[in-house]
Amino acid sequence: MTLAAENRESLRQWLLTDAPLGRTQARLGRFYSNWLALRRNPLAMAGLAIVVGLLLVAAVGPSLVGGSPYFQILTDRLEPPSSEHWFGTDNLGRDIFARVVYGSRITLMLIALVSIIVLPVGLLVGTVAGYFGGLLDVLLMRVTDLFLALPRLVLALAIASALGPSIQNVIIAIAITSWPPYARLARAETLTTRKSDYVMAAKMQGASHAHIIWNHIVPLCLPSIIVRLTLDMAGIVLIAAGLGFLGMGAQPPSPEWGAMVSTGRDYILDQFWVATLPGAAIFVVSLGFNLLGDGLRDVFDPKATGHKA
Amino acid sequence: MTETPLLQVEDLRVSYQGRVGPVPAVRGISFTLGRERLGIVGESGSGKSTIGRAILGLLPRNATVAARRLRLHDTDLLHASERALRDIRGRRISMVLQDPKFSLNPVMTVGHQIAESYRVHRRASATEARRKTLEMLEAVRIDNPERVYDLYPHEVSGGMGQRVMIAMMLIPEPELLIADEPTSALDVTVQAQLLVLINELIARRGMGLILISHNLNLVASFCDRVVVMYAGRVMETCRAAELDRAQHPYTRGLLACRPLIDRAQPELPQLARDPSWLDGPVAA
Amino acid sequence: MIEIADVTISFGSGAHRIDAVRAVSFKVAQGEAFGLVGESGCGKSTLLRAIAGLQDTASGSIALAGQNMGAKRTRADRRLVQMVFQDPYGSLNPTHTVDRILSEPLAIQGLDNVDQRIEQALGEVGMGSQHRFRYPHQISGGQRQRIAIARALIMEPKILLLDEPTSALDLSVQAEILNLLRRVGRNRGLTMLMVSHDLPVIAHMCSRIAVMKRGEIVETLPVDRLRRGEADHPYTRELLASSLETTMAKAN
Repeated sequence: MTLAAENRESLRQWLLTDAPLGRTQARLGRFYSNWLALRRNPLAMAGLAIVVGLLLVAAVGPSLVGGSPYFQILTDRLEPPSSEHWFGTDNLGRDIFARVVYGSRITLMLIALVSIIVLPVGLLVGTVAGYFGGLLDVLLMRVTDLFLALPRLVLALAIASALGPSIQNVIIAIAITSWPPYARLARAETLTTRKSDYVMAAKMQGASHAHIIWNHIVPLCLPSIIVRLTLDMAGIVLIAAGLGFLGMGAQPPSPEWGAMVSTGRDYILDQFWVATLPGAAIFVVSLGFNLLGDGLRDVFDPKATGHKA
Repeated sequence: MTETPLLQVEDLRVSYQGRVGPVPAVRGISFTLGRERLGIVGESGSGKSTIGRAILGLLPRNATVAARRLRLHDTDLLHASERALRDIRGRRISMVLQDPKFSLNPVMTVGHQIAESYRVHRRASATEARRKTLEMLEAVRIDNPERVYDLYPHEVSGGMGQRVMIAMMLIPEPELLIADEPTSALDVTVQAQLLVLINELIARRGMGLILISHNLNLVASFCDRVVVMYAGRVMETCRAAELDRAQHPYTRGLLACRPLIDRAQPELPQLARDPSWLDGPVAA
Repeated sequence: MIEIADVTISFGSGAHRIDAVRAVSFKVAQGEAFGLVGESGCGKSTLLRAIAGLQDTASGSIALAGQNMGAKRTRADRRLVQMVFQDPYGSLNPTHTVDRILSEPLAIQGLDNVDQRIEQALGEVGMGSQHRFRYPHQISGGQRQRIAIARALIMEPKILLLDEPTSALDLSVQAEILNLLRRVGRNRGLTMLMVSHDLPVIAHMCSRIAVMKRGEIVETLPVDRLRRGEADHPYTRELLASSLETTMAKAN
C-alpha cells in the first residue's frame, strides 16, 4: 500500500474502532459512520453535491465570474445564450449567468437566516409544551395554531406594505409562518421521550427541568427536525421566489432569482431564457435539498430502510 | 414410522445483508418433525426466531435462505412461488406470534378477523364464517363468544388476545402450528392455561407443533423433543424428559444458571462460553 | 430504612378513578433485600416509582432513612435512593456515550474526581475502559444493564430499587447480573427493594417477599417458607403452582 493509502486506512480504523479513547474520537466516529451510511445512497449524494455546489457558487462564484450583474449594455439586450453570455442577456442587457451566480448569495442568505430563526423557536416552543404539558402546553399550542393559520403570501404582502418590500422582510414573513410545524414536531417527539427511563433516571439524579430538556429531549428531537428543515428548504426557496415574483422581495436591480423570473415573464415566448434559466436554478436547488433531506432521513431512521435489527 | 414426516428441514442456512457484509443468522440446522411437539430453545442471537419465518417464507428482502431440503410433507417450501406460499400459510402452516397487541389488527373486531382468516382459505358465506368463528372461540375456552366477537383488540386482555390469535390461526385447520414466544408477553398464571390449551388443540387435531422460546423450563415441560440452538447452529437435540441428562456443555451450562425456587444458591453458576461452540463439531 | 405506611396511589378522578395501590404498608430494615412479586397490573411498579420520587401518592406516607418523602425532593434527597430499570434498551440515552451517562449524575450533584469515580464504577460492574466512550447501541443488553447499575451506584445511594432488572435479559446474562447485584449489595450494605413477576429470581435475591394482587399486599413471607411452598394465601399458592420451576421440580 502507498503511504497515503496506509494513512487513510489507519484513520478509518481509528474512526471505526469499537473502543474509542475519548469523547472527540467517539463523536467523530459516529459522524463518520453516519457519513458512510449516507454515501451509500446515490440520490442523497447527488443532493449533497447540489447543496455543496450552491455553497461554492455563493462563496467564490462572484469573484470568478467575469461580467457584472448590474452592468447594462442596452444594445445587447435579449441576446440568446452564447459563448460570450452563457445564459444570454436580459431585457436591460445584463449577463444572466452573472446575475444567477450573484443571486445564489441571496438564496443562501435566505435559507440560512430562516433556519436560524425557525429552528430554535420551534424547538423551544415544542419541547417546553411537550415536557410540561397541562395549561402551558395548551397555551403554547394555541399560539402555534394561530401562526399556522396565517397565510404566507398574504402576510408577506401585509409586511411589505407596512415596512416596504425587501429581502429582509421576505425572510421575516417566511420565518414567522414557517416555525409552527417544527414546534409540533418537537412536541410530538418530546411526548414520547419524556416518558423514557433515562429521563426518569435523570430526574432521580436531581436534574432540573432545563437540564433534562437540553440534554435529553433536544438531542432526540434534532434528527427529525433537521430532516424536516432540509425538506422545507426547497419550499422556502420557492416561496421566496414567489414573493420575489410578486415584487415583494429584493428590489431591482438586485439579482434575486424569483424577481428575475418575474421580469422574464414578459419575454417568455420569444426569449424564454430570461425566465427559464433562473427558474432552472430555483428548481435544481430545491431538488438538491429534497434529495439530501430524504437521504438524511434514511440515515437517522434505519428502520425505514427495511433492515432487520 | 414409514410415513413421510410432516416437516423436513435439512441444512437450513439464512443470512441477512448487513451494512458491511452478510450476517449469518442460521448456519446449517436440520431436524424433522412428525405429529409431535418440538421445542426450539435458544438465547437472543441464536437464530431461533428466524427459523419459523424462514419456513413460511416471511423473511425481509435482504435475507437469503438456502437449504438442502425444506419440505412440508411432499411440498417443497424452498422453491415454492409466492403464490404457492400464500396458499400454504394459514391453510397448512400457521404461526402464532408473541404479542397480540401487535399481531391483531386494531381497527377490526376480533370476530371479524377470525372470520376473515376462515374465508381467505375457504369459500364460505359470512354467516357460515361467523358460525365457525363462534365455534372456534368456544374451542379456545372463551366464555361468552358472542360478546367477545364484537370486541376490538384493545378491549381484550393479553391472555384473551392470544386465545383469539390461536383461534384465528387454527380455524383454517392447518397441519403444523409454529408458536414463536407465544406466552412471553403474558403473566405466569395465564401462561400455564394457554399452554394447556395449545396442547389440547394440537393433540385433538393431530397437528405438529414447533414451540420457539428462550424459556428452557417452558419448552422442557410442554414439548416432546427439544432442540437447543446457539449462534445459528443446533448444539443438541434430545427428548424433553431427558433434558437434565443433556450432554452438550452449553445445554448443561444453561440448565445450571437458572435460579431455583426450592433451594438457596449463594451464587448462580455462570455460563462460560466456549469459542469452539461457534464452529466446532456438535453432539448428535 | 424504608417505611411505607398506608400508601394509596390513584390515577384519574371521580368515576374514572383507578386505585393502583391501596393502603399498602411494610417496612424494610437497613441492608435487607425485600421483594415485591405479583402479576401485571398489581401496582408493584407504581409503588416502586412512588418510593423513587417519580410518582405522587394520594394518601399515606413514605419514609426513607427516617425522613418523610413525597414526589418533590431536594437534590440532596435524591442521592439517597436510585433505581435500575427493566428495559436495558430504553434506560440509556442513545445519543450519550457511557462516559457521559456516568458523568451526568456527578455533574448534577457536584461531585469531584470525575475520572476516578467513572473508572471505579466501570470496574465495579465488570466493564473496562474500552467501553467508556462507546454508545449504547455498541454494547449488548447485559452490558447496558451493567452501565445502568453503575449509573445508579455512582452517587453512592443507600437504597437501590430494582424494577424487573433481568426480565428482558437472556438466562445466562440474567445469572451474571443477579450475581453482580448481590455482590454490590453486600459490599455496599445496600437496602434493596426488588420488583418482579419471576418467583425464582425474587427468591434468589430477597430475604422477605410481599405478594401483591390488585394494589394490595395479600401476604408477606420470609423466603424459606416460600421455598418450601408454605404459603397461606391462595393467590400465593397459585403463583407458586404456575411457576414452571415448581412444575419441573415436581416432574423430576
